[in-house]
Amino acid sequence: MNNPDDPIVADGVVKTQQPVSSAIAEPEATTERHAPAEPARQTLPEKLYAKREVVHNQRIDGPFRRFKWFVMFVTLAIYYVTPWIRWDRGPYAPDQAVLVDLANRRFYMFGIEIWPHEFYFVAGLLIMAGIGLFLVTSAVGRAWCGYACPQTVWTDLYQHIDRLVDGDRNARIRLDKAPWGPAKIARRAFKWSIYVLVGLVTGGAWILYFADAPTLLRDFFTGQAAPVAYITVGILTFTTVALGGFMREQVCIYMCPWPRIQTAMLDEKSLIVTYKDWRGEPRGSVKKAERNPTAFGDCIDCRQCVAVCPTGIDIREGPQVGCITCALCIDACDRVMAEVGRPRGLIDYATLEDCEREAAGAEPRPVWKTLLRPRTLIYTGVWAAIGLALLFALGARTHTELTASPDRNPPFMLMSDGSIRNSYTLRIRNMESRPRTMEIGISGLDGARMWTGTIPAEQAAPTQKIAVGPDAIQTVRTYVMAPAGTAATDFNFTVVSLDDQRETDSAATRFTAPGGE
Amino acid sequence: MANKPGLNQRIDEPTGTQTVGHQWDGIEELDTPMPRWWLWLFYLTILFSIGYVIAYPAWPLLSKGTEGVLGWTSRGQLANELRVADDGRAEFRNQLAMIPIERLPENSQLMQQAVAGGRAAFLVNCVQCHGSGAAGSPGYPNLNDDDWLWGGDLKAIEYTLTHGIRQPGHEQTRMSQMPAFAGALDDGQMNALIDHVLSLSGKGKPNAAGAQFYADNCVACHGPAGEGDRAQGAPRLNDAIWLRGSSREALREQILQPRMGMMPMWQGRLDPVTIKMLAAYVHSLGGGEDFVEVAENPAVQVDEQP
Repeated sequence: MNNPDDPIVADGVVKTQQPVSSAIAEPEATTERHAPAEPARQTLPEKLYAKREVVHNQRIDGPFRRFKWFVMFVTLAIYYVTPWIRWDRGPYAPDQAVLVDLANRRFYMFGIEIWPHEFYFVAGLLIMAGIGLFLVTSAVGRAWCGYACPQTVWTDLYQHIDRLVDGDRNARIRLDKAPWGPAKIARRAFKWSIYVLVGLVTGGAWILYFADAPTLLRDFFTGQAAPVAYITVGILTFTTVALGGFMREQVCIYMCPWPRIQTAMLDEKSLIVTYKDWRGEPRGSVKKAERNPTAFGDCIDCRQCVAVCPTGIDIREGPQVGCITCALCIDACDRVMAEVGRPRGLIDYATLEDCEREAAGAEPRPVWKTLLRPRTLIYTGVWAAIGLALLFALGARTHTELTASPDRNPPFMLMSDGSIRNSYTLRIRNMESRPRTMEIGISGLDGARMWTGTIPAEQAAPTQKIAVGPDAIQTVRTYVMAPAGTAATDFNFTVVSLDDQRETDSAATRFTAPGGE
Repeated sequence: MANKPGLNQRIDEPTGTQTVGHQWDGIEELDTPMPRWWLWLFYLTILFSIGYVIAYPAWPLLSKGTEGVLGWTSRGQLANELRVADDGRAEFRNQLAMIPIERLPENSQLMQQAVAGGRAAFLVNCVQCHGSGAAGSPGYPNLNDDDWLWGGDLKAIEYTLTHGIRQPGHEQTRMSQMPAFAGALDDGQMNALIDHVLSLSGKGKPNAAGAQFYADNCVACHGPAGEGDRAQGAPRLNDAIWLRGSSREALREQILQPRMGMMPMWQGRLDPVTIKMLAAYVHSLGGGEDFVEVAENPAVQVDEQP
């Protein structure tokens, strides 16, 4: 087991205990220690399918575990508290701070209200989130995977439930191997019902973002909520239990595209969790090392790093797609190193470049040099530029809009006194959460008067006042009458809000007349 | 096939799967069995289809198909959906049936719904003559303008719709007749009359001969200044709108052999509520006139029938 040159054959796949980190950093290195991880294949492996081995990760405490607790607490708090934050928008709009109001097609986020035609703001936010992930990856590696990803957070939660109900690693392995009996069935039923409860709470909180939270919660338990609410909770409960409760690290390793993208994004300057093989190898127990101090490295091969890993990998094999850089193995290894009286950091956050320098005995690069390299700076620049552009667009947008569509059938109407009438459908948009009076007018059509579907022809005038409801589009059927002999011409409808804002907009359209086109 | 090993069938070594036995330029095909989940799904679909055939109409027979124990038909489903939609509109139709049409504008919501319903009914029943934009064509009146032959308030429009115009065999229909003047006028008189009629709207030269003939023969219906008479459906002659054209030739034809429009009565073909909705729609097209209450102010002359 302890000889790195002795390959293990499991499931017909040749595995090795040789670390690969240095080999990746310096492929040309020819020393035995830096030899490639996998020997050249002589034959096809018999099976390409590896059966999953359930991960029973051991409890560990340490700075990174505590940080993980903190992040878990903060992210879950954000998730559960946000729908309950109130935000006063006046009597005509909901008072929920963050609300995706699909029924009324509005998206509220604190002081911002977004209409469907402004969905580019949401698209921009999503692009920012994407570039933000690139930025985080280039600066601190797979920190998203290790701490903030919902899959990680919920898997962590479920692993704690396992620990709480069934005990720590060894007890769980024993229970897993034990035959099914009444005791095991009862235990599993109890644990799985907690799984379902967590799933329910997860899905239950999700729907609160789509309707008034207090009302929906009451309706939900009295059976009066919309069917889609129950269906959504059902689906999310199922996915939470399936993905967080049972599939766990398989989601990260086989299903999620992000680790694959990140493997392509990582380079020798990326922060990863690394086993410092030049310090640890060759491995040997404390007793062996006492007998022959010069023959062994720092690693005592206690396999604590493997035991605590939530994805069940051996970090000593080198960087791999299964490593979500949660750093629990660092906590475990540091504790062991302290016990055996060796310096901490045999497994540590480091870049491959630093590893090489450290192995060669040089000083590691300062952290700021790693952080402030062109790649992170460009990502930051792009990310910030999009954010500023969105903020500017948000601040510059007007809350009044006008569109006009002329009737095409009939295009114009000759009246008995020879004057010409055109009909238009005007749409006046009021994006304020209060009713406003708007004045519509005509510019570029001499002598024209207008009236509407509700304002009778006797009150025809060059301008008309229209009451527009709060947060609404008012459709106004408008008739424009021009004196006899008016030729076909382009003109504009104008709108101005009759309040302090005096917001204006105009819509270009055409007046059609006999003899014209 | 799988049970009887064929001529060239063999076990493929890397995969452990039997080949199908064919060779194409040395390329062989593995006889990989269907995945288990796929097979189960396939069996499930067969089970489902058996249940489906029992429950729903499935097999076409000579005169009709099997009916299925559920008794479901697509026709029945459509009828149900239509009934549900009708039930949803029932309250609105009841309200509309109760309200006298001249009071409809007071209820703007009901009016809006009536206009919307009228638009739908118009597209089915009226567009054949009046056009989809209700702009008419020569001989078929434009319903968007402010020129009404028989009156343009809601009540007059409803009456026209209900009883039609010159509907044969219907007593209450709107009826009038312009006599034919073929043979009564020589060419000179005809030209003079046409000039006079055109002069009413400022398009021709006034002349004494035409005026005289007009005064003798036309004033009774069309009025001294050509203002028309809605009681008889006599068109205005002093405005810009000409149902059958304003050319001299068109006028000559209309004087010699008048053509008169006919509109079918819709009573009996459409229910009263639909007729009400149609009236509201036509009224809303832009030329609708206010209804003037006769009883409240007898001094006001109401110039239309009923």
